[in-house]
Amino acid sequence: MHLHRYEKIWLMLGAGGLALFIVLLCVNAFAMGMAPPSNMEMIDPEKVTETPPFDKPGLKQVGDNEYDAYMTAFAFGFAPTKMEIPVGATVNFHVTSPDVIHGFQIPETNINFMVLPGHISSATHTFDEPGEYLILCNEYCGAGHQVMATTIIVK
Amino acid sequence: MVIARKIDDTLPHVPVQRSAARLSLAYVWVAYIAFGLAAVAGMVQGMVRGGIMELPSWTNYYQILTAHGVLMALIFTTYFIVGFIFSGVARTTGGSLHGAALKFGWAGWILMTLGTLMAVVTILMNEASVLYTFYAPLKASPYFYIGSALLVVGSWLAGFGVFASYRKWKRENKGKTSPLFLYMGVTTYILWITATIPVAVEVLFQLIPWSLGLVPTINVMLSRTLFWFFGHPLVYFWLLPAYMAWYVCLPRIIGGHVFSDSLSRLAFICLLLFSIPVGFHHQLMEPGISPAWKMIHVTLTLIVVIPSLMTAFSMFAIFETTGRKKGGVGLFGWFKKLPWTDVRFFAPFVGMLFFIPGGAGGIINASNQINAVVHNTIWVTGHFHITVGAAVALTFFGVSFWLIPALTGRQLTKTANRMGMVQTVFWAVGMFLMSLAMHAMGLQGAPRRTDYTTYMDHPLALGWMDYQRVMAFGGGLLFVSAILLIAILLYLTFYAPKGNTEYPIAETETTQEVPKILERWPVWIGLVAFLIILAYGYPIMQQIQHQAPGSPPFVTW
Repeated sequence: MHLHRYEKIWLMLGAGGLALFIVLLCVNAFAMGMAPPSNMEMIDPEKVTETPPFDKPGLKQVGDNEYDAYMTAFAFGFAPTKMEIPVGATVNFHVTSPDVIHGFQIPETNINFMVLPGHISSATHTFDEPGEYLILCNEYCGAGHQVMATTIIVK
Repeated sequence: MVIARKIDDTLPHVPVQRSAARLSLAYVWVAYIAFGLAAVAGMVQGMVRGGIMELPSWTNYYQILTAHGVLMALIFTTYFIVGFIFSGVARTTGGSLHGAALKFGWAGWILMTLGTLMAVVTILMNEASVLYTFYAPLKASPYFYIGSALLVVGSWLAGFGVFASYRKWKRENKGKTSPLFLYMGVTTYILWITATIPVAVEVLFQLIPWSLGLVPTINVMLSRTLFWFFGHPLVYFWLLPAYMAWYVCLPRIIGGHVFSDSLSRLAFICLLLFSIPVGFHHQLMEPGISPAWKMIHVTLTLIVVIPSLMTAFSMFAIFETTGRKKGGVGLFGWFKKLPWTDVRFFAPFVGMLFFIPGGAGGIINASNQINAVVHNTIWVTGHFHITVGAAVALTFFGVSFWLIPALTGRQLTKTANRMGMVQTVFWAVGMFLMSLAMHAMGLQGAPRRTDYTTYMDHPLALGWMDYQRVMAFGGGLLFVSAILLIAILLYLTFYAPKGNTEYPIAETETTQEVPKILERWPVWIGLVAFLIILAYGYPIMQQIQHQAPGSPPFVTW
């Protein structure tokens, strides 16, 4: 099969760029620990409200300025509704759903994941800037999807 | 009624014979009816989200969003593609379809239309406001799922029709290389049938029994994996027919030749191989799938860059060689020699331009860390509006401008051509404004698929409102363009003067050797199967063996 000389150069540049890009992605993911949120824990969606720690959603201090936030995402809101943390706090979010699929996103941060019934999603973020951060549901979950939001206050 | 006037069948010079032309037009017109309804839904959505209008109490945003998604992304595209491929197969295999192909074609049309009606009626009754991704455990009416299954099965029958034509051609032309268009049509249907098997499994064995109440719960993770097994090749099913028009029809329109027969075929084979085993890149942000499996899918996804680069090279090679042959000199002189006032060239060309940022955005979406910034934001909506809604749709429009008159035995008049140019410009400007606003807003975190909201007047969300107005304005331009398009197509079907319109099929300039291996289907299908088992075998086994507790159905709208 004949391949034009320019096309060979073009494809070699393309393939080289692609190889470099994939290597960088792998280094990021596995050497630098920036893998996507892929938590494997499971939970019975019909028993979320009686399974600790999701029976009492809220913040738990686990270290020097580090917190575990156990939250539920349901049609159409998040629990707990009010969370306050000091500036510089690291928060490990653990979120699950007792009903349908929801999204969990904090704009202006890298926190953005799906909340599936039956699974516990988690991701970590350090809040270095004070402010009132919006937490919103970004996966369609029903008629009140657009009101499903809460905030986390960083002081 | 004028609309019901019969398509003229007295003209002898129709390049595709009447029986095949009728079948093809039946598909194309259902496509455009769906397109018109979807365009109305789309415009309303833009205005609601932009805060310009409110919906009456008998409907809601998500119902209209479901209608827009299903009609535009599933019905318009599938019908148009089936109709276009049938016409091209007839054109390149002697002008007609044989009995078996016609029978499969009409049986497919009937099943698909039945399915479409079922799905649309349940959406209109607000019993299926689950969006076109129908993620469990949102539960639609069982008729919605049955309708979707009929749509898929109907499209398989159409594919069998094309396979039958291919086999007949091969039998009658032993040892010869098949026509390029036919080859590409076969590849497209192999991709489509492979891709739709898992979604058929999801619908038949998971969703239908569960929505009928025969089983209490559903394995949500497995349903998502099966859906996205289908969901990504779906976008290649939209893209491949557009590529067929680019590789085979466009060179003829500009007066050139196919750049390379074997490379065109190879590009299609690569797209077939690397579009299916990649679904986890749509599930990067969810729990229950390990990062290693996500990375395998990301890598396989990105390899698709290679056939895309081959296509880009071929297109511009055709443009340049043709332009030079027409007397274009200097580095870019050939560019001026292209037929810029011919809508059959102009519309797909504008589509190609949209595909450049579209492809770049696709690389961003597929990259597993960067995806966290844009996942489920309206950036994604912007992305697929410039790929499917612009690159593919503009190509389909450009094809329709010659396909419909060629099939009805009418002429693409100067006026119709000029109106088509205007329509293309409206579509391009509307899509540019709308998707630019969507991309910008998505980077700031604005979610996709949501009704008008300011999140209790949160300052960040209030800052998105200006973009949403630009989005609505772009949507308005798109709606005007859609109306204009339907008017032109009605004219070309029923009112344009009778005459001949060419069905453009280009050939290579010299005889080219095509490696035999490219037509050894068992090899390619085997490779597809191998890649699928590699990418999905273990994860799906895991999802069945170690599944999360199941979910009961919910109706939350």
